[in-house]
Amino acid sequence: MASGTELIRAKGISKRFGETLANDNVDLCLNKGEIHALLGENGAGKSTLVKILYGALEPGGGSLHWKGNLVKVANPAAARKLGIGMVFQHFSLFEALSVAENIALALPKSVPLKQLCADIIEVSGKYGLPLDPTAIVADLPVGIRQRIEIVRCLLQEPDLLIMDEPTSVLTPLEAEDLFKTLTRLADEGCAILYISHRLEEVQRICHRATIMRHGKVVGACDPAKETAASLAQLMVGGDVHAVDAGAQAMPGKALLQLTDLNHAGEGAFAVALESINLSLHAGEVLAIAGIAGNGQGELFDVISGEVKTKAAYDINLLGVPVGRRSINDRRRLGAAFVPEERLGHGAAPDLPLSENVILTRHASDKDLVRAGLLSRGAALRSERRLAAQYDVRMAHENPEARALSGGNLQKFIVGRELDRSPRVLVINQPTWGVDAGAAALIRQALIDLARSGAAVLVISQDLDEIYEVADKIAVISRGQLSEPAPKDSMNREQIGLLMAGLGEAKQAKAGKGH
Amino acid sequence: MRLELEKRAETSKRMSVLSPLIAIALTGISVTLMFIALGVAPLAGLHAFFVEPLTSVWSWEELLVKAGPLVLIAVGLSVCFLSNTWNIGAEGQFTMGAIFGSVIPVLYFDFTSAWALPLMILMGALGGMVWAAIPALLRTKFNTNEILVSLMLVYVAQYLLDFLVRGPWRDPDGFNFPESRLFDAAHVLPKFGDGRLHLGIALAVVAVLLIWFLLAKSLKGFEIKVIGQAPRAGRFAGFSQNRTIWFGFLLSGAFAGIAGLSEVSGAIEQLTPVISPGYGFTAIIVAFLGRLNPIGIVFAGLLLGLSYLGGEAAQVSVGISNKMTNVFQGMLLFYVLACDILILYRLRLVRSAPAKEAS
Repeated sequence: MASGTELIRAKGISKRFGETLANDNVDLCLNKGEIHALLGENGAGKSTLVKILYGALEPGGGSLHWKGNLVKVANPAAARKLGIGMVFQHFSLFEALSVAENIALALPKSVPLKQLCADIIEVSGKYGLPLDPTAIVADLPVGIRQRIEIVRCLLQEPDLLIMDEPTSVLTPLEAEDLFKTLTRLADEGCAILYISHRLEEVQRICHRATIMRHGKVVGACDPAKETAASLAQLMVGGDVHAVDAGAQAMPGKALLQLTDLNHAGEGAFAVALESINLSLHAGEVLAIAGIAGNGQGELFDVISGEVKTKAAYDINLLGVPVGRRSINDRRRLGAAFVPEERLGHGAAPDLPLSENVILTRHASDKDLVRAGLLSRGAALRSERRLAAQYDVRMAHENPEARALSGGNLQKFIVGRELDRSPRVLVINQPTWGVDAGAAALIRQALIDLARSGAAVLVISQDLDEIYEVADKIAVISRGQLSEPAPKDSMNREQIGLLMAGLGEAKQAKAGKGH
Repeated sequence: MRLELEKRAETSKRMSVLSPLIAIALTGISVTLMFIALGVAPLAGLHAFFVEPLTSVWSWEELLVKAGPLVLIAVGLSVCFLSNTWNIGAEGQFTMGAIFGSVIPVLYFDFTSAWALPLMILMGALGGMVWAAIPALLRTKFNTNEILVSLMLVYVAQYLLDFLVRGPWRDPDGFNFPESRLFDAAHVLPKFGDGRLHLGIALAVVAVLLIWFLLAKSLKGFEIKVIGQAPRAGRFAGFSQNRTIWFGFLLSGAFAGIAGLSEVSGAIEQLTPVISPGYGFTAIIVAFLGRLNPIGIVFAGLLLGLSYLGGEAAQVSVGISNKMTNVFQGMLLFYVLACDILILYRLRLVRSAPAKEAS
């Protein structure tokens, strides 16, 4: 490791999206030949920061020094010209084209294809990333596709390579090869900014780590000198909020039970759910923690009934096996659901709020639909009641859903379901991207619902939120769910470790190889 | 200084009404420029195209005869398009409706009871539905592109019609002309007025009222709109996208089939190799110009019906090709789709150029 020479220094980088400050006065410094980890939960601001470094986003404030000179990176092409390359989490490759053709498209100058093929073979061989330039991308597995992206960057001889969660798509063996390549690159003087939340990996290959939380840098360390536990604590934050949840009544009987639930995902980036067991009781709030993309969406879909499971008995709702029942059947039984995505899933953006009341309540609310005909009057009355009760602020009466701010729309969507007095509520990321006031109102409503005798399942990435509302906590990681445990018996460190995959059956096996 | 599109917070109600009118105005300007380019006095040309066909009672009736099938097909298509399903093959479903509906008058011409006409209408609807079921089935089972399948089936249907009137269904007393036998009086739709006005126009009016009721009042109409605008929210509401695709295709197929039957039974009174001046395609323009709203479609159908008459009138009185009709229809669709952007965006004049960024 050739250390000491400063390569890039970002100072005071800020970026605001609407109401949220994604990057708040962030400083970051990388030396030549250093593998530098950028750690943090989802939504901590890692991606925003690297997109600014790569010129894909314009910073709201702050300065960037490259090899000692003040620079302004206007776009990714300018970044590549400086010597910054980036491998994204989701690749941008043309499936119908060959490896060489895909790489040719990204190069600034046109190189004869024959020459390029030779270059690809040379570079890929040198770094232990063997690639056949004539192979068609559609035929290649994900791991090889990532190689194409990496080789594409390497051909431009970068001084800094940014990698966004590179191992999230790799098998443990493929990841091993990648680590070797990265170490080799670093030895040659190329700096690597490595974004991850897998602590093991970071400890193994990174020289330094910068930790981000809620848009701010909260610490820097040498990961090799830390334990996985101390890193996890830095990542998720140690400060414990005072919880005002009221006393939990004696847990009642189980209202929602998942028994050995397995479900293969649909599509290339879906996560398969593996033998999930869960028992949700009347009067309690159970929270499922986890980093985004570990199967939360898939779990929500099978519980809600948007996606049906193969076996009827793996989901039991209020005493009825519902695995094969529709979402509206489950609503009629007394369940209510709030998905993560507000616009386009929880609400239809172009419809007025009153019609968005009909959206989820047409089957369970007899006043809204009579003999197949809509009662717009009843829908409008519900909309007014919800707006008043849940403090939904709007510019004029009954606006389209997309005209509301995130927090107000979420209050409306949550209120729409609470208004039905459900016996089981399943809610995914209840306050994601919501302002503090609305978040507090929603969290209080969830607790109140549970205290009134309903069962509430909260899926969330926000540990602060989980500690505020939950009675029990479970953690989901790569489609596997840990045993739920009382909140008091779980500290942030343990949760952080489980979130980073240390509780998975599979992960443990893969780790033994080294 | 440059023009910028700025997203509106909400759908503009005013622009929903104005945008088709702006499109018509822009088309009018373009047509005027074309008249000038063709060496025709623009005022005389516009008069011949848009006013002359409306100067006699006979041609008003003829306008309704042309607008009837356009409106009937277009209201069916509007249900499809609202649910984001693209049935481009109404012309083929129209043709199959005409063929199925002609089974009785051509093969069972002795069957002249009062039940014959209602049966023919049902057969027409069935023919359109059968043809529309093919793209619906392939889309829902194999996720094929319904635009291509429905469009290609148009040509299959037209060749089938061509084969029938030249082969097995050719009139035995027809001096070898490629035509079927003339329909019996019992197989011809009732006529009104002194022109060629027939029952088909009444069927179109009924269809408009039905679809207006469906879309404005029923849960089914709500389902169609939600699936079209936000499929994921539709699934969350418990609506099935596949069911909606089937519903849209079968409904629009049935309406196109009835329109086809009405055309051969009401206007032509026999099967000929060509039975439509492209009603099924023009109806797509009618549906969009009417903003997929049944009431708007009535007005749009009348305007596009007028373009058929205007093309013929302009050919006679100012001597330009009646292909002008196609040019007019094409430009209109172009402008309608372009002006739709004003509903969700507003145009803004930006005075200063953005600050140059140094790198």
